[in-house]
Amino acid sequence: MVNKMDRADILKSLNENLRIDGRKLLDTRKIEVEYSISKNAEGSARVKFGGTEVLAGVKLSVGTPYSDRPDEGSMMVEAELSPMSNPEFEAGPPDIQAVELARVVDRGIRESKAIDVKKLCIKEGEKCWLVCIDIVTINDEGNLIDASSLAALAALKNAVFPKLDGENVDYKSKTTKKIPLSKEPISVTVCKIGNHFIIDPLTAEEKIIDARLTIASTEGKLCSLQKGGDTPISIEDIDKMVEIGMKTADEIRKVLE
Amino acid sequence: MTYSKRTDGRKFEELRPIEAKAGVIPRADGSAWFKMGNTAAYAAVYGPRSLYPKFMQNPKVGIIRVNYSMMPFSSAGERVRPGPNRRSKEISMVIEKALASVVNLEEFPNSVVDVFIALPQTDAGTRCAGICAASIALADAGIPMKDMIAALSVGRVADKLLVDLNYDEDSHEDGVDIPVAIVQRSGHVALLQMDGLLTREQLKTLLGMAQEGVKKIFEEQKKALKNKYKAIEEENGE
Repeated sequence: MVNKMDRADILKSLNENLRIDGRKLLDTRKIEVEYSISKNAEGSARVKFGGTEVLAGVKLSVGTPYSDRPDEGSMMVEAELSPMSNPEFEAGPPDIQAVELARVVDRGIRESKAIDVKKLCIKEGEKCWLVCIDIVTINDEGNLIDASSLAALAALKNAVFPKLDGENVDYKSKTTKKIPLSKEPISVTVCKIGNHFIIDPLTAEEKIIDARLTIASTEGKLCSLQKGGDTPISIEDIDKMVEIGMKTADEIRKVLE
Repeated sequence: MTYSKRTDGRKFEELRPIEAKAGVIPRADGSAWFKMGNTAAYAAVYGPRSLYPKFMQNPKVGIIRVNYSMMPFSSAGERVRPGPNRRSKEISMVIEKALASVVNLEEFPNSVVDVFIALPQTDAGTRCAGICAASIALADAGIPMKDMIAALSVGRVADKLLVDLNYDEDSHEDGVDIPVAIVQRSGHVALLQMDGLLTREQLKTLLGMAQEGVKKIFEEQKKALKNKYKAIEEENGE
């Protein structure tokens, strides 16, 4: 029902400071985090933003450091917009929306320097840990970017190293050693519709936004930005959106405690 | 060589604990969650919807299309690379055949029913868990069905015949794994595969054990579907 509303209906409601699901403009839906949802992953989490549900899992493996960074391990993020989660998603290789999602999540974590990649080095120039974070969407009712970012962070917080048995990883024996995480980067996507700013958009709202700005921030610092949508925005708008994004991030971070 | 006690302490004809839930993915037309021991599967059904490319459309019957996948973090070993591979393609195909056998395909000509199966956690028996979840999801979507279907692996480890193999048993050096899908009322076999060495008598015994074992699954599937509507009734205060 909500998915079929058009721009005029949504705007009319926003003018009265109300969202189509009854929220205020800058309210998020109920956010829930559940840890260790897959026993076989080194770390995993389920995140719900209202009806939107995503899973994230961390697998660790041993690889060779990049030659220009011999004393660092590395991380990667991949995302699957599962055809289970939305009738518009198709099975097949990641499309541009999935690639953007994965890259925005990746940059939020990478640029915040939350993971101390030097501590992922096992032997300089020879061996290091590779942290793979995979995101799978289960039910898409809007705002996959923020839900996925939070799920990725929660899965990282939940992850422990497996035992290293000489050259090989012994996945059956997990240690108690956690991935070194120094910060908690949280992404918040602020959307502009007409003259209004909203956060945690529903699918119907995402379809009619003029612009969006995803702001990843740690405590008090910005770490990555991604503008989307077709309409350019003013510097004043950006400043306002960043303010909303950082304030909301501080609220969301409390869910992880 | 003898296998005197199962690694997880079960009796040889005992299934792992089952959890089943219908309607777990609200955006899908039908959906389910099915967990057997440490193997967990989601199934989502979309359709009947228009089938493209158009040359695939058949004015007499619809088709079922199955997409089976293991989530990249689902395996106890290394990360599973996302995307289809030979194994997942074959499994999708055999599940497709099994599900098609219980669906009234002639009721949706020119159309497709898409079934997506994805596993967040695996410990052997993934295609069986996938079929059990898909059967609930198809019923939840209101797809016209002739019957319910459930699947269970049976097999041999050393000298013992057993049901519902876990990963340790499935990968035992002297082990046989036989995934079997069974149609509820007829008891007929809609999926059958096997890897390993068996006698003809052993196979017959094992298929009998599968027919017996799936009864428990059918009960859980029915319960999951009923519970969904019970929850809706309670919400409406009836």
